[in-house]
Amino acid sequence: MTVKVLNQGLLTSVQDLGRYGSQQYGVIVSGAMDKYSLRVANLLVGNKENEGALEITLLGTTLQFERDRLIAITGGDLLATIDGKKAVTWRPLLVRKGSVLQFKSPLKGCRAYIAFAGGIAIPEVMGSKSTYLRAGIGGFKGRALKKEDVLEFDEMNEFNTSLFQQLDQRNDDFTWTVKYDALINLEQTQTIRVIKGPEFDRFDEKSKKTLFSEPYVLTTQADRMGYRMEGPPLSLAKEFELLSEGVTYGTIQVPPDGNPIILMADRQTTGGYPKIGQIISADLPSMGQLQPNAKIHFKEISHEEAVMELLMKEQIINEIKIGIQFKGSYL
Amino acid sequence: MSHCFSNAIIKPLGDSALIVQLGEGISPAIHQKIQALSSLLNTYPFDGFIESVPAFNTITIYYNPVVVHHAQINNLSNHHSSLTPFQTVSSNVNKLTQHIDEIQSLEARLVEIPVLYGGEYGPDLDYVASYHQISAEEVIRIHTQSECLVYMIGFAPGFPFMGGMDERIATPRRQTPRLSIVPGSVGIAGKQTGVYPLETPGGWQIIGRTPLDLFRPDLSPPTLLQAGDKIKFVQISPEEYYRDKERNR
Repeated sequence: MTVKVLNQGLLTSVQDLGRYGSQQYGVIVSGAMDKYSLRVANLLVGNKENEGALEITLLGTTLQFERDRLIAITGGDLLATIDGKKAVTWRPLLVRKGSVLQFKSPLKGCRAYIAFAGGIAIPEVMGSKSTYLRAGIGGFKGRALKKEDVLEFDEMNEFNTSLFQQLDQRNDDFTWTVKYDALINLEQTQTIRVIKGPEFDRFDEKSKKTLFSEPYVLTTQADRMGYRMEGPPLSLAKEFELLSEGVTYGTIQVPPDGNPIILMADRQTTGGYPKIGQIISADLPSMGQLQPNAKIHFKEISHEEAVMELLMKEQIINEIKIGIQFKGSYL
Repeated sequence: MSHCFSNAIIKPLGDSALIVQLGEGISPAIHQKIQALSSLLNTYPFDGFIESVPAFNTITIYYNPVVVHHAQINNLSNHHSSLTPFQTVSSNVNKLTQHIDEIQSLEARLVEIPVLYGGEYGPDLDYVASYHQISAEEVIRIHTQSECLVYMIGFAPGFPFMGGMDERIATPRRQTPRLSIVPGSVGIAGKQTGVYPLETPGGWQIIGRTPLDLFRPDLSPPTLLQAGDKIKFVQISPEEYYRDKERNR
């Protein structure tokens, strides 16, 4: 017994970078809504980047530590406290036996991540620890966490142990933190970059302009599966029949009512609505930090620029990784 | 930015996926091409290939652009160093599409799906019968005589999009969808017939239920049905239903 759930909060589930290879069978990808935060959380405790971690939604999640454990909290600022004191985030953190970690209220962003040194001890299902809520597989017993659940952890590796021991001996925090601003944006009014979708040219002239000039707002129908947006409705130049086909993370599809839906981590594998745009991969983690009522301005960029943005962010993660390997000497 | 080659239209789906279209509409011939390309991709995956999802006349290919980019830079024999990951993947896919016709059409698996029709298991069977002014027995007879082809899997794990149902029992969806449909339910929506693998909401006319598990995450592949399978529905008795249901536990 190492960590006990005192309160499950709004939605707390185990996620990693996703379940790939089975989409052809209709098995969804799942995974963290903010992958950069998940990766950095894992790196900070010495885990591999795609280890399963907890994804906390907005507020309420409360955990009691029954043993000392090295963790890292990243993602949105949900006012994490340890025994009532504000917890440091984006930094390796040794939580002492008996301490209570609580997420009190969303100050910035929507989702926080906790990585535990060694990783959460649960079996992989189809190559992933991510929770597939609807099918009841993966993660912690195929479901979201609930009160009284007890999390166990796998053995720490050499690097986990080295970080743990340093913190244990210092009896104090490290003095450095990872700067996340270049990776994710936690603001609730954002510019999100988009590449034209396969059916962009099927929309009427007004809609093509509107998408990139008018703001769209997240409705309350916004969850891990997708975000229903509200704004000036978008319409096709001419009705046409589109057959169902494979879609992906960040696809902006437009059902007949004209209000776009953005497909997120728990999207279905296929869809039959016209795809007006596609959010660039580099901006998807920031999308995962939006709450209902958040305002988005879509900005069109070229395919080439999207790839450059992605490579740049990979470079930042790489630097963070090297920095942590030098045990934080310059971060 | 569309590449047209050997009848394949390739369009980007963002920076990490693309869609290859191999024809218009729904037909067994196009399906055969999609299956061939899917098999070629799995046999000769390019650097950075993640997976692909075959559909009616397209196949969506998912790739890691960072891996594609680095593989391309490291490939010294490559003189096109300014190619984007999309262009690199497109060129790989185009090469594969040239071999589509060399792939022998794979022997389709014939999967029999036992169904207990009517009653509480098929609450809409009588509606479908009265809609066509035929008897319930006639609906069952027509449904079990159709040989269907699984064009693609989508919507839910193991949910087959099938063609080939006899149009004499084609029936519009329910006006009000049910909030919850029991897994294994066999339904009709327009010209399509299908089986629900998970408990989900749905508007299909439910005419029966199979005792088989369509989604079995512990097995590989994790679903009973795959794109390319031929399906026949077989009527079973309540005794057979419960016996099979017991056996699947």
